[in-house]
Amino acid sequence: MKLTGAFAASFLTLCWAAASHAETIKVGVVLPYSGPNSDLGNQVDKAFDLYVKLHAKDLGDNKIELVKRDEGPASGANARTVVTELITNDKVKLIAGVVFSPSAIAAAPLATQTKTPMLIANAGTAWVTTLSPYIVRFSFSMWDPAYPMGTYAATKMGCKTAATGFTDYPPGQDSTLAFKTAFEKAGGKIIDEVRFGPPGPVPDFTPFFQRVKDEHPDCFYVFVPSGSHAGGVMKAYGDIGMRQAGVRLIGPMDLIPDYQFAHMSDAAIGLIVTSSYSDDLDTPGNQEFVKAWHEAYGPDSYPDFMSAAGMDTMAGVFHVINTLHGDLDDGARVVETLKGWKHEGYRGEIQIDPETRDVIQPERVEEVIKKSDGKLGVKILETYPQVKDECKVLKVGRCGS
Amino acid sequence: MPPVANTIVSILFDGLAWAMFLFIISVGLSVTMGLMGVVNLAHGAFAMAGGYLVITATASWGVPFLPSLLIAFVAVGLVSVLLERSLYSQLYGASELDQVLLTIGLTFMVIAVYTYFYGPQPQSIHVPSYLLGELHLGDRSFPTYRVFLIAVGAALVAALWYGFEGTKIGAMIRAAVDNRRMAQSVGINVDRLFTITFAVGSGLAALGGGLAIQLLGLTPSFAVIYLVFFLLVVAVGGSGSIWGTLAGALVLGISDTAGKYLFADAGSFVIYAVAVLILLVRPAGLYGRE
Repeated sequence: MKLTGAFAASFLTLCWAAASHAETIKVGVVLPYSGPNSDLGNQVDKAFDLYVKLHAKDLGDNKIELVKRDEGPASGANARTVVTELITNDKVKLIAGVVFSPSAIAAAPLATQTKTPMLIANAGTAWVTTLSPYIVRFSFSMWDPAYPMGTYAATKMGCKTAATGFTDYPPGQDSTLAFKTAFEKAGGKIIDEVRFGPPGPVPDFTPFFQRVKDEHPDCFYVFVPSGSHAGGVMKAYGDIGMRQAGVRLIGPMDLIPDYQFAHMSDAAIGLIVTSSYSDDLDTPGNQEFVKAWHEAYGPDSYPDFMSAAGMDTMAGVFHVINTLHGDLDDGARVVETLKGWKHEGYRGEIQIDPETRDVIQPERVEEVIKKSDGKLGVKILETYPQVKDECKVLKVGRCGS
Repeated sequence: MPPVANTIVSILFDGLAWAMFLFIISVGLSVTMGLMGVVNLAHGAFAMAGGYLVITATASWGVPFLPSLLIAFVAVGLVSVLLERSLYSQLYGASELDQVLLTIGLTFMVIAVYTYFYGPQPQSIHVPSYLLGELHLGDRSFPTYRVFLIAVGAALVAALWYGFEGTKIGAMIRAAVDNRRMAQSVGINVDRLFTITFAVGSGLAALGGGLAIQLLGLTPSFAVIYLVFFLLVVAVGGSGSIWGTLAGALVLGISDTAGKYLFADAGSFVIYAVAVLILLVRPAGLYGRE
C-alpha cells in the first residue's frame, strides 16, 4: 500500500512535470537603454543576454523570453510606466534589472500590489529592499563596499581625516553615509562633505577637487555613478596634482568600472577601492566568463561589477524556473525560493540573506597598479568574505523600518 | 601666496577654462540665432560629432591631436552646410515650434546613429603628453590642458574679433544682425552670409566638442546634456553678439566654478541663480537689444 502510494505520488509528480512542459517564461527586463547613462544598462543587458545564451539548455523544456523596456533617466521618472506595462500588458512573471535606485523606489509599490517579484541587478540604495517584500537584490547595497572602506581607511591606511564627495542622489548619499559611519566609528574625522550635483551631465569636477585639495584631508572618499562620471573624476584628480599634495583618493568600485579602465590614464594608479568584482579576479570560472564576453561582444567590450551582478541575477531567475518547474505564478513562492539561495558566481560565493532578501557577498580592498603588460590592473590588499548590508544590521535611518 | 589669494586664483583659473569651453561652443549658436532667428537645438549634436571625429582620427587613423581638431572643424563645418541648405533653409520664417521640433528631432536622430556605431559607453582620448601634467608658475601650478584650453579660447576670441570688426564680411554680418531687411536691400546676400556663419559656428562647436573630451569625456548624449549650458550662455549674453557670448560665458563659467568651490552643498545651482538674476535685470541678455 505504502509502495503504491509512493508510486502514485511519483506518477503524479511526473504528470505534473509533464503538464508544465514547455512553458515560455516571460521576464521583464528594465534597464536604461537611452540617455546619458545607457552605458550602465548596456553592461547589464549584455550580461543577461550572455547568461541566457550560455545556459538556455539548463532550463530543459522551459524557455525564457526577455521582454526589454527602457528604464530611462536616473531620476526614475520612467520606471513606473514601464513596469506597469510589463506587468499588465506583457504579463511578465518577474521583473529583472533596474539600474537606478529612484526607479526601484518608484516601482516598489507595483511589485507589492501585483505580487510580482522584482530582482534587482544594480540599484544599490540600502533601504530599497525594505520597500517591498517582493524585492530581492542580487547586486549590492551601497553600504557593502563603502562600510569596509571606512574601516580600512581609518585603520589600515592611517587616514585621520577625510573629505567626502558624492553625486547628489540617493545612492550617493547612502554610500557617503556608510563610509562616514564606519570611518568615524574607527576614530577618523570627516572634515568636509561636497555634493557634486545631480547624476545627469558630468560636471567639471576640478573646482570641487581644488576645494578639497586646499583643505588637505588624508583621504578623499568619492562616489559617482559608474561610467562617464568616473572618467571625469580621474581626470580632475590627475589634473590638479592631488596625489602629489598628499590627498589619497578612495571609493567604491564605481570609480573604476572595468570597461572604463582601458581608457583611464596613469592618474588612476594608487587609487584604493572596495570592489566585489574585477575582470582580473581569480574566482572559479571568471577567466572563462571574460573570454566568453569578448567572444560575444568583441575585444573592446569588458564585463564589470554590474555585469557580474547581472549574471548572478539571471542565475537566480534560472534557479527559480528550475526549482518551481516553470510555474512562477505565485510571486511569494518565487521570493521564498530565492531566500537563502547560495551561488558560486564570478564575484565569489554569494547568498541571498533570508531575512533581508539582500545579497551577502565578498568585498575586496584593491589598489590600482600598472601590470607587467603596461595595462592598468588591480592588486587585492584585503578580502572581507561575507559582507552583509551594515545599514540593515545597524538599523540606520530608513534601513531600520 | 596667502590662502585667500590662492583661492581666488584657483577660482579664476578654473572658471576661465570652463568659460572658454562654453564660449567656443556657444558662439556659433549665438550668431546664427541673432542672424536668422533660427533656434538650432542640434548645435550640441555638432559638438558631439566633432568629438567623435577627433576620437576616430586620433585612435583609428593615427592623426595627431591638434590636426584632428582642425579636421573636426572643417569636416563638421562642411557637413553643416549640407544640412543648412537642405533642412534649415526650409525653416527661415517658420514658427519657433517648427524650428525646435526639427532641430531637436535631428539631435535625437544623430544621438541614435552615434550610439549605434560607437555604443553608449563613454569615450576618452589620449592627448599628447605635452598637454598633460602641470605648468609651474611661481609657487602655483596649473593643469597644462586647461592652460591650453584658455589659450585656444583667447586665440579664437582674437580671431573672431578681427573677423567681425576688421573684415568686410564681418561688417556685413553685423549689418544683417542689426537689420536684415535693410542689409538685403543694399544688396547683401544674407542667405549666403548665413551659410558661411552657420558653417563656421558649427565648425567651432565641433572644435569645442573635441576639446571637451579630455575635460568631460564623451558619450552620444553629449548632444543634449550640455545644451542647457550653451543656451544659458546665449540667453545671458544676448544673441547675435560675440562680446555677449564672451561676457555670458565668463560670467557663468566663473560663477559656476566659484559656486562649486565656495558653496559645495549648493554649488551646482549657482549657475542657474546667476542666470535668473541677470535675466531679471536684463531680459534680452547682457549685450542683447530690447
